[in-house]
Amino acid sequence: MTWLAPLVVAVPLLSGALVAGGDHVAPRALQNAIGVCGSAATFVLAVLLFRAAERHEVLTWFGGWRPRSGIAVGIDFAVDPLAAGMCALIAGLSCAALVYSITYMPEAAKLYDTLLLVAAGSMCGFVLSGDLFNLFVWLELTAVAGYALTGFEVKQLGPLQGALNFAIVNTLGGYFVLMGIALVYARTGALNLAQIGSALSTRRPDGLVIVAFTLVVCGFLCKAAVVPFHFWLADAYAVAPAPVCMVFAGVMTDIGLVGVARVYATAFSGAFGLHAHAVGDLLLWLGIVSALVGGVMSLVQRHLKRMLAYSVICHIGIMLAGIGLLSSKALGGVAALLLAHGLATGALFLVAGMLLASLRSIDELRLRGRARARPWLAALWFVGTIALIGPPYVGAYLGHAMIDDAAAELGRHWVQPLLWLAGALSGAALLRAGARIFLGFGQATAEFLSPEVREDPPDRGANLPLLGGTTAVLAIAGLVVSVVPGLGPRVDEGAARFLDRRSYAEHVLHGGPFGFKHDLPFAIEHTSLESVIYAVVATLLALAIAAVGLRPPRSLSIVEPALAGLKRLHSGVVGDYVVWLTVGTAVVGGVWAVTLR
Amino acid sequence: MSYLPFAVAGWVCLIGLYGVATSRNLIHLALCLTVTQSSTYVLLLSVGYVRGGTAPIFKGVKLGTRAVDPVVQSLSLTDIVVSVTVLALILALGLDVFGAAKTVDPDEIAELQG
Repeated sequence: MTWLAPLVVAVPLLSGALVAGGDHVAPRALQNAIGVCGSAATFVLAVLLFRAAERHEVLTWFGGWRPRSGIAVGIDFAVDPLAAGMCALIAGLSCAALVYSITYMPEAAKLYDTLLLVAAGSMCGFVLSGDLFNLFVWLELTAVAGYALTGFEVKQLGPLQGALNFAIVNTLGGYFVLMGIALVYARTGALNLAQIGSALSTRRPDGLVIVAFTLVVCGFLCKAAVVPFHFWLADAYAVAPAPVCMVFAGVMTDIGLVGVARVYATAFSGAFGLHAHAVGDLLLWLGIVSALVGGVMSLVQRHLKRMLAYSVICHIGIMLAGIGLLSSKALGGVAALLLAHGLATGALFLVAGMLLASLRSIDELRLRGRARARPWLAALWFVGTIALIGPPYVGAYLGHAMIDDAAAELGRHWVQPLLWLAGALSGAALLRAGARIFLGFGQATAEFLSPEVREDPPDRGANLPLLGGTTAVLAIAGLVVSVVPGLGPRVDEGAARFLDRRSYAEHVLHGGPFGFKHDLPFAIEHTSLESVIYAVVATLLALAIAAVGLRPPRSLSIVEPALAGLKRLHSGVVGDYVVWLTVGTAVVGGVWAVTLR
Repeated sequence: MSYLPFAVAGWVCLIGLYGVATSRNLIHLALCLTVTQSSTYVLLLSVGYVRGGTAPIFKGVKLGTRAVDPVVQSLSLTDIVVSVTVLALILALGLDVFGAAKTVDPDEIAELQG
């Protein structure tokens, strides 16, 4: 089955090339068909790859350059079930985006489909790659396609600003990754992750290894938009076309987290083995701060896509906190959360796109009560929001609950309420917006919201049933993630395999077995009573905060200065973002220089 | 092994970052970005340098001749290709910004904030 892994990357790239090559020649309908079929085929291949990775090893050495006596000369794809699952999500969301775009952006230049397919293929390449330098190349390829997709509406200033901020910050992040790679290569003489891991684990980490690790991790965290590297994300996601936002929010942001987890687990966990908690604690704190900042910032938005963008930052933070716990249970939870979040947030972005197409605006206050006559849109919006908040056994609940269990096992009971609170904050913002737009609740003005962002609506003639159908598939899939039989044990086992550095190295370098338990049960994951209580409280809290947001009492003005300060930090000026990036990297490196010795 | 190339790489990276952070012109900013990028070349090439080594072209050369590391050179080449793409894209976006706002100052186009 070794031919499967390269196909998952090659099919979307080739169909992208086919669409680009057929430009000016083939009719638009044929090009759409190529794009949709290409991404659908990728989805099928990724699911087959997942099935294969579950049963036995899938390892591809390009050109047959297999390693000899532990030295890897060639480049490999080393597939684990989580990576294959991620590919399936990438392909599925890209397929949905292409279907949605057929009537949403009929006038879009034909290269739009190509860019989406290239982004999908390179993201798949990123998650499957077993080579550090190839991670960088796939990352940059994904990023370049992303910049172009963000700035697609080149006639408006907002998209241009968003695309520029996105491009500049992420390019610098990419250079940090590259410098880190150069330092790792200087120390180990290797670019294969397994070989780097084996070389680094034989001695104590020194300054060079810590600097290299900091640079690589901070570069990936830029991509993942973790505080203080997150500023570009709200600018970019607020202005990109809705289907593009769906792919970005659903998978492209998460790629950075996959990078951090992959590089730590395979290359650095041996070297930092004795100080693993120092690595994990910093990631945990960065995650918690991101989650809370994202939650609060989403509460003060009125532009729906910008609100969703901050909600993405919030959930990325929750996932990073899960990764920071450095246990397989928590990482499994992160995978489940990533799936539910990708589907639910994707659906919400698509609903925002439909509002823009039908009501010509996505401003919360401007739309107050204007969507009362659209119960289907309302249903989709609230289904997506509920899935994101995660009441017991709904949507994001499973991921939250698994992270809870891992935190409790490690004796860190304080992590759980903070993560649930963050989720409730961003959920409250979405509930409030839904109540105002679809039900007409609340006041017509709100002092504490950020200024209005204008957005030109798409061309008329969008086929709403088609858009709604695509959205409904995602929203319902997001809603049922927590009760998919057998998902819990599978992500748990997949995460254990993801984190097992020794088996990974043995498997990649020496062809050793890399087993996966075969007879995993098809049961719904049992969760602790604690998580059920937290989930109920978080849901009620989200409803309460949403109600307060609809009619804020006068006494709430005491938090006004703090909110204004937080808003001022998100200045939209790229120079500020670069300063944050530089200072953030220096602080992360400084903390690790002290704690990792 | 000299520390000088590493210090140079770090310094070039920092002045590039300073330029990007303080720039008031998108074209200037794009060039500062390439300054930061060139620090990665310095770093990569110094990592692979071998004292007294020749270029890693092995045609017609005696076996066992010292040569610098070809891997980092190919990494630099890949880096150049990737970065030129990004540079072209940023310059194109800058051009569109000028078309839409008649300015290339990144501080003046901050339409999205808060």
